[in-house]
Amino acid sequence: MKWSNIKELLMHILFFLTACVSIFAVVLICVFLFANGIPAIGKIGVFKFLLGTKWKPGNDIYGILPMILGSLYVTAGAIIIGVPIGLLTAVFLAKFCPKGLYKILKPATELMAGVPSVVYGFFGLVVLVPLVQNIFGVAGNTMLTASVLLGIMILPTIIGVSESAIRAVPDSYYEGSLALGASHERSVFFATLPAARSGILAGVVLGIGRAIGETMAVVMVAGNKPRMPQGLLDGVRTMTANIVMEMGYATDLHREALIATAVVLFVFILMINVTFSLLRRKDRA
Amino acid sequence: MSCKLAIEDLNLYYGDFHALKSIHMEIQPNEITAFIGPSGCGKSTLLKSLNRMNDLVEGCRITGAVKLDGEDIYHGMDVNLLRKRIGMVFQKPNPFPMSVYDNIAYGPRTHGIRSKAKLDDIVERSLRNAAIWDELKDRLKKSALGLSGGQQQRLCIARALAVEPEVLLMDEPTSALDPISTSKIEDLAVELKKDYTIVMVTHNMQQAARISDKTAFFLLGEVIEYGETESLFSMPKDKRTEDYITGRFG
Amino acid sequence: MTMERTCKPVAAETINKLTFKDKMRAYKRSPLSLILLLLVCGAALITMLTLLYLIVYILVKGIPYITPDLFSFTYTSDNVSLMPALISTVVMTIIALVIALPLGIGAAIYSVEYAKRGNKLVQLVRITTETLSGIPSIVYGLFGYLCFVTALHWGYSLLAGAFTVAIMILPLIMRTTEEALISVPDSFREGSFGLGAGRLRTVFHIVLPSAVPGILSGVILAIGRVVGESAALMYTAGSVAQMPGQAGGGLFDSVRTLSVHMYVLSSEGLHIDKTYATAVVLLVIVIGINALSSFVAKKITKKQG
Repeated sequence: MKWSNIKELLMHILFFLTACVSIFAVVLICVFLFANGIPAIGKIGVFKFLLGTKWKPGNDIYGILPMILGSLYVTAGAIIIGVPIGLLTAVFLAKFCPKGLYKILKPATELMAGVPSVVYGFFGLVVLVPLVQNIFGVAGNTMLTASVLLGIMILPTIIGVSESAIRAVPDSYYEGSLALGASHERSVFFATLPAARSGILAGVVLGIGRAIGETMAVVMVAGNKPRMPQGLLDGVRTMTANIVMEMGYATDLHREALIATAVVLFVFILMINVTFSLLRRKDRA
Repeated sequence: MSCKLAIEDLNLYYGDFHALKSIHMEIQPNEITAFIGPSGCGKSTLLKSLNRMNDLVEGCRITGAVKLDGEDIYHGMDVNLLRKRIGMVFQKPNPFPMSVYDNIAYGPRTHGIRSKAKLDDIVERSLRNAAIWDELKDRLKKSALGLSGGQQQRLCIARALAVEPEVLLMDEPTSALDPISTSKIEDLAVELKKDYTIVMVTHNMQQAARISDKTAFFLLGEVIEYGETESLFSMPKDKRTEDYITGRFG
Repeated sequence: MTMERTCKPVAAETINKLTFKDKMRAYKRSPLSLILLLLVCGAALITMLTLLYLIVYILVKGIPYITPDLFSFTYTSDNVSLMPALISTVVMTIIALVIALPLGIGAAIYSVEYAKRGNKLVQLVRITTETLSGIPSIVYGLFGYLCFVTALHWGYSLLAGAFTVAIMILPLIMRTTEEALISVPDSFREGSFGLGAGRLRTVFHIVLPSAVPGILSGVILAIGRVVGESAALMYTAGSVAQMPGQAGGGLFDSVRTLSVHMYVLSSEGLHIDKTYATAVVLLVIVIGINALSSFVAKKITKKQG
């Protein structure tokens, strides 16, 4: 065999191996998380762990229902705030924005995606927390604060995905609607948007994933009380916050219970990912 | 006979390109007027100027006047009302991605009709007028995207009829269809001219000869010849028209 | 006729532009359209004002406190200098890129240049990279803690942090490289093969050079991810405020990056002014990275256009 052929073959194998790295990484992540987390769930008891309403590591009581609910509530709040604003902004960017303005606004939304979580969290801490405190007369670290902050943070995701979904809709729908005497606004909302439905939904699902996985910003504003959520104006702890708050000093079963929390979070994220890719596939078809 | 649409000294520019050059034309009511000519001659552009769809095109500039029943459509007329009065059917069938019923009801709903009974009535009447009611009456709730190309195009015609227009613009409505669907659309057009004024752009000279009353021949943005279809095809006055209809170019 | 065509004056009034009055009359007839218009503009305004407020607020509050001692090379509890964190961030970013770039580019080359259409492995790779890009950073952090810090006994260390974020940015680099490779026209490859060049030579001399700007924009985005990351680094790189290698352990010393530094400062709540100033530095870096990436993106489109 000639040297050049050997070189070709070697590099082919090398490229093949690098392609396998991402598979290897996912397997590794699953193995480490599950191996360290599942035994803890077994020791605590599946139902006691998932449905237990008390989290008291001092007494070896590990129920993460408060945190699961906390994550879900805060995420739902973020969606309620972020989706309408994000979607309407995407419509503006795709169908209403003059070209010159677009050149400024588009990079601005990209910048929004690039601002680090800690900066958002700090902004929440120094602006939103006092604001909620002043308006409602309660301690400002609340579910509401976290929802608003997360709602802002998922805006770039929703805007980005929705805008490209709207732009992918053929102009013929819009023109067909105009030709029937519908105004520009009506045509965009009633002819173009319905056609972009599944793409927009994919954006929302992606936003849910971002919100449920967000950690630092939430920790900084949510209050982090490890008990059942009491309402919009009360503190709340999410699954992510649970891990970050206690991982630094946890040992033994406590530590494993935190890893098990990550396992539950991971399963949530996997479900969201599957939904997202199904929706996107449907959009392409 | 008073004319339905009057085009007076219409010029249209795309940036520096002079796409329509001083067009004068009078379109009669209850007739089919066909625009023929080679690609890029401006026939579709002129059609789109009649319901102001060219307003969407960036860098497009129009001078002159278009009058519908004597009213200037470019001055003081609400664009949306204009487009309600002058409906349009596109080259490629473009039903909305919703049910057959919602496609037809889209226009009436846009113009403020909410009553279910009224909408039901309009949907049935429009589909009957477009000669497609019998084929579709059992699948009104099904997606319009599942229909065949020919059915989709007749659905689009029904959709245009549902807002009760006076004029129907058709932009090569059969160019994407098979011969059977094409003949159905042609029959439909002849049927519809009793109640509507139809302006049709076509690539197909036989089609123009078969169904139109008047024909206009376009070349490089100018109307070369405009008149009774029969005489235009049998004794063209201009050499260029003759060359085109005898197939020497285009 | 030809005479007329060439010297036709362009003087008459343009008639196809809607005047403000026309629009108002249309909205009066259809109030729903007006409401929709206001909603859309309002939402865009809210989005932009929020971003603007965030940036201006932090700049105004922070810029007065940007002082030379903020950039002192040693961190003390009195002077919470960000310099060690800044340098740690740079080192961390470089190491993460050194790990992730060859792997990401290699994987992209395999799936675009080598694998056949519909290759099962490539589909699996695509699914796993999608999964990777959806995993929240705290999960990466825990994984890094379990794998690098504990199982491999690296301890809280720069290296453990770098490996963790390297896995995080891998899907990003793979995706942008893949897109860049796909956009290289096939005629380039055919030309090279036609001259008798092998696949390897074609990839390295023809395809990769044309894809460099696309890969570069991916790298810039990846740098942004690393700079902004905090949750994945808390329990991998730790949070000791020191220069990399300052404690004598080289890459196995614990460090804190700028984002972690910022988090620690704000949760301590002792140096609120310096926290603002640190936020300013972080924001400026991020804005700079974004500007750079859109500059590169513009270069790409110009080249293609």
